[in-house]
Amino acid sequence: MSLPTEIDARFRAAASGAGLLDVAYDVAESPLGPLFLAATERGLCRIAYDAEPEAEEERLARGFGARVLRVPRALDEARRELDDYFEGRRQAFDLQVDLAPVGEFHRDVLARLARVPYGSVTTYGALAAQAGRPRAARAVGTAMNRNPVPIVLPCHRVVGANGSLVGYGGGIERKVTLLRLEGVEL
Amino acid sequence: MRVPPFERFYETHRDEIWAFLVRKLGREHAEDAFQETFLRALRAYPGLEHGRHLRAWAYTIAGRIAIDEARRQRPAPSASNTLLLAAEDGRPAYAQIEHLAAELPPTERAAVVLRYGYDLDYEDIGDALGSSAEAARQAASSGVRRLRRKELA
Repeated sequence: MSLPTEIDARFRAAASGAGLLDVAYDVAESPLGPLFLAATERGLCRIAYDAEPEAEEERLARGFGARVLRVPRALDEARRELDDYFEGRRQAFDLQVDLAPVGEFHRDVLARLARVPYGSVTTYGALAAQAGRPRAARAVGTAMNRNPVPIVLPCHRVVGANGSLVGYGGGIERKVTLLRLEGVEL
Repeated sequence: MRVPPFERFYETHRDEIWAFLVRKLGREHAEDAFQETFLRALRAYPGLEHGRHLRAWAYTIAGRIAIDEARRQRPAPSASNTLLLAAEDGRPAYAQIEHLAAELPPTERAAVVLRYGYDLDYEDIGDALGSSAEAARQAASSGVRRLRRKELA
């Protein structure tokens, strides 16, 4: 006998409403394909392209605790801000992010990345210099590659010293799409 | 075996726990009991030390809630409900039996507690343990034999 949908939805909402979850997640539609979105009580903690939900659940459980549950309404605000961004109505996100499992250097780099404005680009070397490690461009590249919340923390705005796009966790085509959306000349 | 993300646990067991509660309580009362079962599981989840026997664990929680719910529905003890009569010292049967069975091997313990503490039939216990009704019956009876030997020792 399968569980009726409305009772399933009621339990998920109750679990989230009672504050019993370590992480709530959902999958949202976007012009870049389905986005796996996850949030703790403290903020958005994951955006993933081409996600395998079960692998993402495991990863979240390791980082934040095993009480991981799909609760669509818990991601409503994130979904709304992302929709606005993709439609060109929003240039900066008001969402809080939760980077608890991220190491100190990467977190510092991500905090600096968050200040790179909409529609502009910076370089790996420039971010490394701002973080006080001018020779660590490669380590900054790794931090970008492991960015748990791409788009909201705009690693697509980071390019090579010669202006080449270099790479992107979600694939270079998505980087191009995001930069074009923001009006960057490529 | 690590405790899986809650979504895995929930998705794996929600349908059978729902069916179990509908069987025990009827559709109307099963709704609240279902929600309470998994909220209780969620509260206890961080305290689990491993991911073994999660199915029997889910049935144990659901069984306990079904008993409480049945008691609310029928406050007067009936002759057919041995569960309600079993507790001579005022403690419910499942509380006594869980204490007694604490040292049994896990499968026997689950079978004994579900049979004599929660009054589940062997079909349900087999479902909870992922085995046949017959294997559940054997586990319960070998658990009871072990308890008797312990009592005599």
